[in-house]
Amino acid sequence: MSSVKQILLTPLFENNPIALQILGVCSALAVTTQLSVTLVMCVALTTVTAFSNLFISMIRNQMPSSIRIIVQMTIIASLVIAVDQFLQAFAYEISKNLSVFVGLIITNCIVMGRAEAFAMKNPPVLSFLDGIGNGMGYSLVLIVVASVRELFGSGSLLGFQILPLIENGGWYQANGLMLLSPSAFFIIGFFIWAVRSVKKDQVEAREFRMASQSTPDGAF
Amino acid sequence: MSSKDSTKRTLIVAFSLCVVCSIIVSGTAVILKPMQDANRILDRNKNILSAAGLFDSQQDGDEVVAERFSQFSTYVIDLNEQRVLGEEQLEQLQIDIDGYDQRLVINDPNYSEALERQKDIANIKRRVIYPMIYVVTENQEIETIVVPVSGYGLWGILYGFLALEGDANTVKGLAFYELKETPGLGAEVSNPRWTALWPGKKIYDEVGEVGLRVIKGQGSGDYQIDGLSGATLTTRGVDNLIQYWLGDDAYGPILAQLRETGLQTND
Repeated sequence: MSSVKQILLTPLFENNPIALQILGVCSALAVTTQLSVTLVMCVALTTVTAFSNLFISMIRNQMPSSIRIIVQMTIIASLVIAVDQFLQAFAYEISKNLSVFVGLIITNCIVMGRAEAFAMKNPPVLSFLDGIGNGMGYSLVLIVVASVRELFGSGSLLGFQILPLIENGGWYQANGLMLLSPSAFFIIGFFIWAVRSVKKDQVEAREFRMASQSTPDGAF
Repeated sequence: MSSKDSTKRTLIVAFSLCVVCSIIVSGTAVILKPMQDANRILDRNKNILSAAGLFDSQQDGDEVVAERFSQFSTYVIDLNEQRVLGEEQLEQLQIDIDGYDQRLVINDPNYSEALERQKDIANIKRRVIYPMIYVVTENQEIETIVVPVSGYGLWGILYGFLALEGDANTVKGLAFYELKETPGLGAEVSNPRWTALWPGKKIYDEVGEVGLRVIKGQGSGDYQIDGLSGATLTTRGVDNLIQYWLGDDAYGPILAQLRETGLQTND
């Protein structure tokens, strides 16, 4: 496998930022009730990760190590504000739905993590592709979560009604839990379970083992 | 210390980074502002139209908004003096009716005020003194009045528009455009099936008090609306906002004026 392909594809399953590194889970809970909103969030995050990687990698040799983190944060924050402004201008409805979560991309650990772990050590083009790859890894999980949540929570996908709801004269009773954040935890959990069942090397070693339970005669 | 980490270098990098980033941020903000403002106004007009039952987001596209909204005239009212402001007064207050956004001046002491606790039925803490109302008139007769309303539900303030018939007493429609209520429960206040209960209900009873209530259980008659089951606090919030905004402290006196003497600006 060529290295470009590797950089783009490993974050999907081999090294998924959400499923393996367990980063960026907060927004995965918050913006996944509707698939259309999720898709915009995915594009926004991928854009920010890719360009922050690109710019940080471009100036990585000039960057004094004492203010390294602040420089990275400033670049990321500027990009996020720019993306937010673009959304307000071109996708107003969706930017209203995303509300603060676009701004919160600044604190998304994936962006910072890739800047620090990859862009500081690699040339600009590869860093840019790494940003795209990790954005896709994040998007993959979010799209899976959002599809499940929108389908079972509102009976629709991308706003098109697929399961007719009882309220509107159909047969499907919407699952209210799917519209609340905890359901995303379950779905992400199942996703991680599925990935790790196939790729057994991702299973983490046990940190501790519980002692066996005492038997009734141990009480005397 | 390598040259990359010298103090001088650090300062230069920090300074140039700040300059470049601030240009990018302010550049995008300034260039895109006209489009964002247009979006905000389009969105507001859409909400006003849907409160008045003239816009259905499922069927209608953005292109019909401008045409349908053109029948509305916008007025700014003064809630403390209880009058509709004329051009001269607007000039004094430096309100430009096309660019004025009452949501943006909520913390500006020149345009808004804190509410006393016992008067603050809707639990909104502050209110704009000069809200905008939207009126459709035909042959000097008022046909529709749309007023902005807001009130605290369960998780946050609900913002919406209430549309009244020309008699300033019959509800024409209600639409919330911003809320933080629980999806599937409280957030059902913006479900068309629930808002369909509103048109035709009466607001003021024989003695002129606000008689319209959102109640638990089956609402009946002209003055009762069936509350949402599983959303007691949101329902109470909607009830409170009706009591507050249509009461004597808010739009009550203005609506009475419109009912009795028609639309008159104070010039």
